Amino acid sequence: MSVSDMFIALQGVLTADQDIREEIRREVQALEQTARELLTLLQGVHQGPGFQHIPKKCQKAREHFGTVRTQLESLKTKFPADQYYRFHEHWRFVLQRLVFLAAFVVYLESETLVTRESVAEILGIEADRERGFHLDIEDYLSGVLTLASELARLAVNSVTAGDYSRPLRISAFINELDSGFRLLNLKNDSLRKRYDGLKYDVKKIEEVVYDLSIRGLNKEATVGGGGEK
Amino acid sequence: GSGGFRKRKHDNFPHGQRREEKENVNPSSPLMTSFKSFQLELDTRHDKYERLVKLSRDITIESKRTIFLLHRFTSAPNGEEILNESEIKLDAVRRKIKQVAQELVGEDMYQFHRAISPGLQEYVEAVSFQYFIKTRSLISVEEINKQLIFTAEDREETTNMTSNSHDKQQHTWSLKVTPVDYLLGVADLTGELMRLCISSVGNGDIDTPFELSQFLRQIYDGFTFIGNTGPYEVSKKLYTLKQSLAKVENACYTLKVRGSEIPKHMLADVFSTKTELIDQEEGLS
Repeated sequence: MSVSDMFIALQGVLTADQDIREEIRREVQALEQTARELLTLLQGVHQGPGFQHIPKKCQKAREHFGTVRTQLESLKTKFPADQYYRFHEHWRFVLQRLVFLAAFVVYLESETLVTRESVAEILGIEADRERGFHLDIEDYLSGVLTLASELARLAVNSVTAGDYSRPLRISAFINELDSGFRLLNLKNDSLRKRYDGLKYDVKKIEEVVYDLSIRGLNKEATVGGGGEK
Repeated sequence: GSGGFRKRKHDNFPHGQRREEKENVNPSSPLMTSFKSFQLELDTRHDKYERLVKLSRDITIESKRTIFLLHRFTSAPNGEEILNESEIKLDAVRRKIKQVAQELVGEDMYQFHRAISPGLQEYVEAVSFQYFIKTRSLISVEEINKQLIFTAEDREETTNMTSNSHDKQQHTWSLKVTPVDYLLGVADLTGELMRLCISSVGNGDIDTPFELSQFLRQIYDGFTFIGNTGPYEVSKKLYTLKQSLAKVENACYTLKVRGSEIPKHMLADVFSTKTELIDQEEGLS
């Protein structure tokens, strides 16, 4: 094989690779749009009246996830199934965002941390690499850390809206989450950097809880059985 | 004012309360149990990545040494010896690559690609350098990958691998150098070929530079053809490649213009002066 023949063949391979990436990019763009719609929907819970609408918002969000499932199904078909990590960079960000959104919905519904398996189910993908298009553990953890920041914000806005018990529950949840993350031996990568932000979320929530406790507002909440306006 | 209030607030911050809350976390709650398994999963992944990084470093070092060895090759009597020694060295490198292949059994190679890519590029550089010295042609990526199919050497090896259930049945392992790693290795090869050209003149070999010039031009044409259709790392190499080619072409020019008037043993001196001038010019531009 001549040098020029070799390079012609190589160029063919590179071009085919670029074509696949172009298709993947298109699919990811559609996913990003759906993620934006979900985020806009769920951001509404931070406003006062939004609290009453939480169950309705969660229901609507669940419907949006139907679209996500369809779009991910389509994405799966754009590349060979055994080359997930070859193209992973393209959808890593939007998948982390979707994990956060799923975790947020589950938290609003049940005040628990969505499991990896549950997120995979919501998104219509696998939890294990061996079974196909899956959720990487680091993407799951990144999404969960974004949830922590969102809940820190929610704690603040809950108080503003007159709900004095929610921040206490958020505090317990975040503390447990923080303890969980402390078990991990992280490397100096993007996950580690994101984890470093968790302590600021913890601090913010602690300050909210403190502000309530010195004013006796938390006692009011527990005595009244979570009574709020 | 608010500044004073804030100061007081932090003095009285309930650290005791915070500690108490943390102690209230149940270590066997579902969440904590999941995170323990995440810890295990991440540690296992990181450990494998580190093992592969170490192997890649060994591959890089041994490949570089092979390249240095090959630079000592001349058509003089010890040439055959050097080629044989280089083959022994490259076999050692291939044994390391076999270990890489074994680590990657059942894994998605691309998950760990960044760990092993530098080593593989260096290996491509070394093996293609040796191939050029032997055959005056470019080794193909298929040819390289053919040499990276490994079988179990003896029964001991297969029984040693029982730690991983995948390996119980495994008797062959293989690693495929990716087209991109191949291209990057070949791009680096051109730098070594440029050095070979300079040293050839010093050895009184005035044929090799012209052969190299033709060969490098073919490779440069190939990279030009690919242009920007590859990943950024490939396009980045084009600049250095062009410089190496220019040095070789200038060497050929010098030989052509000045070669006939100067005795061979003095060529090296003339030539080194000229290359100094080239380097100075490039420094200014």
